[in-house]
Amino acid sequence: MITDTIVLICLVIGILFNALGVLGLLRFPDVYTRMHATTKATTFGSVFTALAVIIYGGSLYYGTADPQYITLIIHTIIAALALAFTNAVSSHALARAAHKSGIKPAQAVVDRLGEARR
Amino acid sequence: MIDYWLPAALILVILIMLAAVRLWIGPTPADRALAVDTVNTLTVAVLILLGVAYRQIIFIDVAIVYALLSFVSTLFIAKYIGGEL
Repeated sequence: MITDTIVLICLVIGILFNALGVLGLLRFPDVYTRMHATTKATTFGSVFTALAVIIYGGSLYYGTADPQYITLIIHTIIAALALAFTNAVSSHALARAAHKSGIKPAQAVVDRLGEARR
Repeated sequence: MIDYWLPAALILVILIMLAAVRLWIGPTPADRALAVDTVNTLTVAVLILLGVAYRQIIFIDVAIVYALLSFVSTLFIAKYIGGEL
């Protein structure tokens, strides 16, 4: 019963942060601010969704001692780790590519990367 | 105990549709690539939730492979946008 409440809280936190990330993707003015909102919030939300699944599998394994729930926990941990590592690297590559393709930040007054590359 | 995995997956699918709006109207190619990256991340979360809802662990294996392959595709799209390919 208490694990049910914890799983529900983790799930609600994950969905809330995913919704905030998508809201930032829709509302922010240029690609860098959209990336700032989306990547961090969506990674955090998806990792929390996976954490809810991990706690749920742990409670089921505690109740039934069925080894398939150990498989569920380990595979979900691997998926969350893959998500957490690859999202940061891919957003970094996208930001660098956007700057190289000539997109300027909206309402920015300094551009240190452009000055250093010149 | 109520089943709350399928409503959570439904909410995430609605968020994927909202991200696809940015994929449709995005002014630059980098915006569209970012929207695709967001859709991929949310798809991994939906696959994990569906794997628990339908009691199929193979869905979570599919989620792992999807995360790694979407990472590779995003890196190649980034190299193409940056003009290095």
